[in-house]
Amino acid sequence: MKFVLNGAGTEVKSHPMSRLLDVLREECGLTGTKEGCGEGECGACTVLVDGEPVCSCLIPVAQVEGTEVVTIEGLGDRHPLQILFMNEVGAQCGICTPGMIMAALALGPSPTLDDVKTALAGNLCRCTGYSAIYRAILKWREMPDVTSSASAAR
Amino acid sequence: MAGNAGRHVVRERSAMRTAISGLEVRSAASLGEALAILRDDERTPIAGATDLYVALNFGTLKPRQFLDIWSVSELRDISMKGTTLVIGALATYTSLIRSTLVGTHVPMLVEASRQVGGAQIQNRGTLGGNVANASPAGDSLPVLAAVDAVVVLRSADSERRIPITKFYTGYRATVMRPNELIVAIEIPPVEGKQWFRKVGTRAAQAISKIVVAGVRARTPRIAFGSVAPTVVRAPETESALAEGATIDEAALVLSREIAPIDDLRSTAEYRTRVATNLLRRFWIETG
Repeated sequence: MKFVLNGAGTEVKSHPMSRLLDVLREECGLTGTKEGCGEGECGACTVLVDGEPVCSCLIPVAQVEGTEVVTIEGLGDRHPLQILFMNEVGAQCGICTPGMIMAALALGPSPTLDDVKTALAGNLCRCTGYSAIYRAILKWREMPDVTSSASAAR
Repeated sequence: MAGNAGRHVVRERSAMRTAISGLEVRSAASLGEALAILRDDERTPIAGATDLYVALNFGTLKPRQFLDIWSVSELRDISMKGTTLVIGALATYTSLIRSTLVGTHVPMLVEASRQVGGAQIQNRGTLGGNVANASPAGDSLPVLAAVDAVVVLRSADSERRIPITKFYTGYRATVMRPNELIVAIEIPPVEGKQWFRKVGTRAAQAISKIVVAGVRARTPRIAFGSVAPTVVRAPETESALAEGATIDEAALVLSREIAPIDDLRSTAEYRTRVATNLLRRFWIETG
């Protein structure tokens, strides 16, 4: 199966019914994407497929053939959202953080707090109590250089 | 398949994750190809896979041969055929939420779609998947039952239209034949105010304890999820209201008409109480 992974063409040989999550972590060596619940409840495994956040634990890799997949590694390590999560203490144990950030990337311009909560309704955090996460995301969307989530993700 | 519903029902504590190596999948690029494959070969169709992987991960899924129809783009359309709204089986919850046609004709389907899982599930879960998965807790199903939706089934050589109220024959059982696919859901014009409410443990990501969809027409139409082995209409309650019963009388009829069970998400007593409360609220808010 061929797809674009974090901007580069890639080919994987895993079984077509393998979970995208396992292919990313085990065959592609990208362990930034975490497994939480394995049943679509927690959002820790969130990645973008063609710009839309999805649970990589619920997707057969066969279904990403020909698509564009972005994982947390695709942001590099100096993305403003990553830095804001650190500065606002939006991360503690860190398991939910990559999924939170990937889900936040799909937000439209000028989101309200309610928009942020809705966008992150599929992501659970058991440490922070969410306020710091919402604060980090709202500050990111207020930054002048954020023009679109798509450009930020690539 | 799709829908974020009923997943804990199949969970067994002792089960092991299903070995992926024992599975086999074929992908279809068009509806014609998918139907030809199903004519010759018994396979379980998969679309958004959101319920499928839950069962695989907990080792409780029986099928081993799958037909991936996610790429069959002709099943994603949402359009009008005369006055009937036709929703392709592969329309995702996200596309239902974004569709002006759905928002105009069946706003409560948009409401129900917003309450399915989070954005990640809404981006993959499909309406046809929710129907096919046949969970009594499927969030879209009471909406479809209350608007008298029709399920369009197609095989390589025939097409059938089954009213959603006749589609389910028992717990997770449907009239579908192995060689058939759900291709669309048809919704006739809906007259009267629409009302939807889902009661779960929390607002997002919850499997419902009870779901209600109602249409306030001359004969009101009311459907419930999670109170029976399948989605159900409440015909006796509907007739009582149509014949001018007070809401207290109708609530009594409803409490005798439904027979929910105790399970890990709720109790029969709670469900009956909440069902009657929701009936009252439906009546007040649409009056």
